[in-house]
Amino acid sequence: MTEFEPKIVAFVCNWCTYAGADLTGTSRIKYATNVKLVRFPCTGRIDFMLLLKAFGEGADGIIISGCHPNDCHYTSGNFHARRRWIMFRGLLNFLGIDTRRIQFSWVSAAEGGKWADIVNSTVKSVRELGPYNDYKKVADFLETEVTNG
Amino acid sequence: MVDIKKKANELLAANAVQVVIGFEEGTSGKSRAIFAQDAAGVDKLIFNSQCVLNLAVYLTKHEIKKLGKPAIIAPLPVMRAIIQLASEFQIKESEMAVLGVSPEGKLVEFQTFAAIESYLKDFKIAMDEKEKEILAKISNMSLSERFDFWMQELGECFKCYACRAACPMCYCHKCAVEQNKPQWIPVAANNLGNLEWHAMRAMHLAGRCVNCDACHNACPKGIPLNFLTKLMMVDAKEIFGQDGPSLKDGHLLSTFKPNDKENFIR
Amino acid sequence: MTIEKYLVKSASLSALFDKIKASGKVVQAPVKKAHTVDFMPVNAFNEITDDYIVTTQSAKSVAFPRVEKLFKYTKAKKEVTIADYAINTIPEVVMWGVRPCDAAGVSPLNAIFTWDVDDVIFTTKLKRTTFIGFSCQKSDACCFCTSVGGNPGATAGSDILMTKLSSGNYLAEIITEKGKAIQVLAPEFFEETPSEEKEKNLAQVPIQFNYLEIKEKVDAYFESDIWKAQAQRCISCGTCAFVCPTCACFDIQDENHGKVGQRIRNWDSCCFSQFTIHTSGHNPRESQDRRWRQRINHKFSIMPDRINAYGCIGCGRCSRACPVDMNIMEHLIGISQLAKK
Repeated sequence: MTEFEPKIVAFVCNWCTYAGADLTGTSRIKYATNVKLVRFPCTGRIDFMLLLKAFGEGADGIIISGCHPNDCHYTSGNFHARRRWIMFRGLLNFLGIDTRRIQFSWVSAAEGGKWADIVNSTVKSVRELGPYNDYKKVADFLETEVTNG
Repeated sequence: MVDIKKKANELLAANAVQVVIGFEEGTSGKSRAIFAQDAAGVDKLIFNSQCVLNLAVYLTKHEIKKLGKPAIIAPLPVMRAIIQLASEFQIKESEMAVLGVSPEGKLVEFQTFAAIESYLKDFKIAMDEKEKEILAKISNMSLSERFDFWMQELGECFKCYACRAACPMCYCHKCAVEQNKPQWIPVAANNLGNLEWHAMRAMHLAGRCVNCDACHNACPKGIPLNFLTKLMMVDAKEIFGQDGPSLKDGHLLSTFKPNDKENFIR
Repeated sequence: MTIEKYLVKSASLSALFDKIKASGKVVQAPVKKAHTVDFMPVNAFNEITDDYIVTTQSAKSVAFPRVEKLFKYTKAKKEVTIADYAINTIPEVVMWGVRPCDAAGVSPLNAIFTWDVDDVIFTTKLKRTTFIGFSCQKSDACCFCTSVGGNPGATAGSDILMTKLSSGNYLAEIITEKGKAIQVLAPEFFEETPSEEKEKNLAQVPIQFNYLEIKEKVDAYFESDIWKAQAQRCISCGTCAFVCPTCACFDIQDENHGKVGQRIRNWDSCCFSQFTIHTSGHNPRESQDRRWRQRINHKFSIMPDRINAYGCIGCGRCSRACPVDMNIMEHLIGISQLAKK
């Protein structure tokens, strides 16, 4: 039986984490290949709904990563993002959505090793949690045709 | 009510305001909004425990603004909504009069919004026992129990948007769900679309909700969606110390502190 | 066919239900849910509640659901395959427990969906639905069926109408061939007619206005300020249209998911502020009074003119569900009292 390979979507900022991910590659560090990156100019641009959209499109896990506080390329984008994540994470948890599947991090352009570590550990923990079937069932309304009212 | 009616009549007679937004008796003991423009209208004004609609929702409606400068009967939830709307530049102090109603039903006159905010310091938003109980009950469920609970409750939703319409903070002329490039939230009523709608709305109300329960009262299906916004309020207070609407403090999600604390970002 | 009258003993009701279920039909009946009473598919008689004046939502979902898939499509390179709605999968349904007002709403709704082109999905669903109505013993302040040509024991639209008599047994009126088909499933439960008058066992709903007058007033007062006054407290939430048995406005959307998708029809409401917005940005019904006027106009003037059906059956659902207590009956009384022009 093939082992379950989780699908992970990573929302990253261009200036730090994306560059950091590049460094991981150029440093020839091997790491899990389950991640699809989506590049944003800044974490401040990441709409919180994108997380739900990612789960709705079949992602089993999500990584969100950007510049360290005080290092944002646009000065304060990541500060706004942090506030948003703190509130949204509380809401998701309250709604019963599995926040263990969402990994937030600050990864700078110089932290190629940290990026690999984040990806590997996220893939490992999501693999242990299994596919996010509860959400997939809800999101599959095109097929199941479960509607309300 | 006598003192309130007297003041309302005075304001109308002096043409200081052109309309008094208040409550009147409705069908079968319910109460509803009235837009009194003369003494006969003022005479119909009431205030009792059935007056739960948040009248502030009318302050941002262009049809009501056309009636002229309003005086608004403002029990605590309306007062809070006024401060929040003022802090978001949706209403101006000079363009309305506020006839506050104390929890005992007595008139409280305010000359400025700052005076309202100061008055509200004695009436901080707090979860009562019943609300705490329900929040605790949901929070203490297991993850999958919580998910099932909300899928069950939100499954009742048929996206009529009464919650949005009744909320004084949902004043966007074109709501996010009314845009179709992109159709961000599905129009259809299904569990996914409902979840996305309610989650998005709760986030759009983070730090702005005044705990008036208008959304829940408006819902024809009786869904406890006000608990999503209550959760945001509780979090805003516990994590960021935001304690109710304020004219001076910044808004929860459009400000930040360099040392905002969290324990989940690696 | 002429209406046939029988007695169905109250003790037989459950057995009649079982026979209908056993025939393979889907039965939907009012069920007490977490916060409302609404039609749901039921498997056992004891799931049904009779603790309702009318259900919160109407019965229109059986033929015009909140969300309806019109067709499904799959894209492969330049090829698009379309899978149409499979009409033959529509089951036979019995709507058990509709009120006479709900049943009266079937005809105007059908008129809307057949006035130009026959909406095959709707008409097929309706053809395969049997309405077993239950007359009203109680009414509340929001009911006004008698003002719009109905009454708590009216038979129009029902295939069978059950009226509870003082004995606790039911007068069963078989009104249509579809009703006859139900009787044929369990003829032993349909006994000799009682001599008790039906009217004595119905709720009293006083007539509040003459709906035929509404039309002439609405036409004459089109430009009046009365619409502004009436619409002031409306917050354009859309709930009234959603719970109304005869409201049929819809919005068609494509839900796409990569290479597959479907075109779906969703309920819409003329009271939503953006309902009539044009691509140019112009909105001919930009204010609530215009939208409110249109709602009344449509139900009491345009529909009778164009499709010979009134769009209001006096169930009062809109009034009960309205968060700001618009109370359509009050407004209609106000309109009917306007001076003749």
